[in-house]
Amino acid sequence: MKLCIASGKGGTGKTTIAVNLALALGERAELLDCDVEEPNAHIFLRPEISGSKEIYTPIPLVDLSLCTFCGQCAQICRFSAITMVAKKVLIFQDLCHSCGGCTLVCPTGALSEGKRQLGEVSAGHKNGLSFLSGRMRIGETMAPPLIRQVRAQADSRKISIIDAPPGTSCPVIAAMSGVDCIVLVTEPTPFGLHDLKLAVEAVRLLDIPCGLVINRADIGTDEVYRYAQQENLPVLLSIPFDRRIAELYSEGKPLIEALPVWRETFLQLYEDIDQLTQAHKEKVHA
Amino acid sequence: MHEIVIISGKGGTGKTTLTAAFCALAADAVFCDADVDAADLHLLLQPTIKEQHEFIGGSKAVIVAERCNQCGVCRELCRFAAISTELMVDQILCEGCGVCVDLCPERAIDFPEQVCGHWFHSDTRFGPLVHARLGIAEENSGRLVHLVRKEAMQLAEEENKKLIITDGPPGIGCPVIAAIGGASLLLVVVEPTLSGRHDLERVLDLAAHFKVPARLLINKYDLNADMAQTIEAAASERGALCIGRIPFDPVFTRAMVQGQTIFEYAGAEEHQQELRIIWTRVLAALPKDSEQCLTLKMYT
Repeated sequence: MKLCIASGKGGTGKTTIAVNLALALGERAELLDCDVEEPNAHIFLRPEISGSKEIYTPIPLVDLSLCTFCGQCAQICRFSAITMVAKKVLIFQDLCHSCGGCTLVCPTGALSEGKRQLGEVSAGHKNGLSFLSGRMRIGETMAPPLIRQVRAQADSRKISIIDAPPGTSCPVIAAMSGVDCIVLVTEPTPFGLHDLKLAVEAVRLLDIPCGLVINRADIGTDEVYRYAQQENLPVLLSIPFDRRIAELYSEGKPLIEALPVWRETFLQLYEDIDQLTQAHKEKVHA
Repeated sequence: MHEIVIISGKGGTGKTTLTAAFCALAADAVFCDADVDAADLHLLLQPTIKEQHEFIGGSKAVIVAERCNQCGVCRELCRFAAISTELMVDQILCEGCGVCVDLCPERAIDFPEQVCGHWFHSDTRFGPLVHARLGIAEENSGRLVHLVRKEAMQLAEEENKKLIITDGPPGIGCPVIAAIGGASLLLVVVEPTLSGRHDLERVLDLAAHFKVPARLLINKYDLNADMAQTIEAAASERGALCIGRIPFDPVFTRAMVQGQTIFEYAGAEEHQQELRIIWTRVLAALPKDSEQCLTLKMYT
């Protein structure tokens, strides 16, 4: 089972849901922090980190002694990452998407592949719960390849719980694609609803079953419930605004550890997600 | 001319609510929504769209079956696993690098340009707004961010306005880098949480990396006053002085539900007063020397 916790709008409670769900499932699960720009799950989980690996992406390197300045490399590059100025080859490595086109077309072998660091992936555990987290290098622009690296290291025997970045563009797609179910976390405010609609569009594009968690459920309006009904999106869980929950969050303490009554709620949430996923599979088979 | 960009690192800290409040306060400014991925500023500013433009974000590969001899070279060359065994291009996975297009022996791959979103020139009750909407699941949000900022700059120049207020995206990646480069001042909105602190440090490191001055604004500071203090100290160590603290108050959400800024909402006089003071501090923090002032050249 691969499960992604996402949201259009930031700060709605993705990490809270992902961490507490993972803690409730314990050793059956693995938590993957794929919000690589601002990873936060480790703050709540406080896992024991067993190792970190630097992650790189290929970029071109030029050997000017072999270069004939034919310009084919600059011609194939759609990202303006390589240009020719007089008898110079300029490589803007931050713009490189690592497609390998320049190295392929270079007729003299003047281009070879070096590497640029995207960030790092750390692995660890907390009482049998496995943990993976990606952290993007400051100044790096491209999150998707790092997110894919975090996911590539997942333990397929466990329930993967992916904490996604906010938004609906390419990093979110990298975190959501290929999962069995998506949980969208929202809040019942105009901003929350507007961004939820965008997130639902992204989910529909990928054709993955999806349910909602409504956080701070008593602030704002009930419009989100009407929207959910209209779009046939099950509301899996509503969490009221509670100053105590907000304070625990601010201290980096997981809800189910401080208030154990929530453990059952999160186990039930998983049951409901599982049911939703099975129902979708049956529908696809039929 | 100056540009103030409001960012946060962590999402959902109140960037847009506060940006809209500052829009209500700023006389003679141009507004810009650079959170093109999940733009919300229009929900409070309720713009009347004057012009709509397409955003061409790049091209994507399409294999033309009639010209294809199934050799599979494209599939071998694609580093993004975008071409299936049946030699179909997955439009979501395609990076738009064009390697398959250029190296197909049969020249059987087309590369049509993609409309990846739209951007708009609008009027609001506080002044002109430049904003955009990136298509779902699209790439190149950095380029669209760059584009709306450039358009806002051009508009400010034409209309002789001295200030641009820009609502930025969350995170530290490509859209944020595109949103802060060359800005006069960053206003970083943070909540007093451990996650907020962690994310703030990363976004301030990014600001330092691109040499943009930053100031701190703590939202809902009373949810954890001790943490607020720790964050203030950590930020000032990185050169970002705190210029305001705003308490938690559901009145901000109530105003949002009405589609109003806090300055239009009855019963929020206390917050209006504190935000007026914060705004004068923001303006006072703008760099005085002409080097930090914006020129159109920076964007070309």
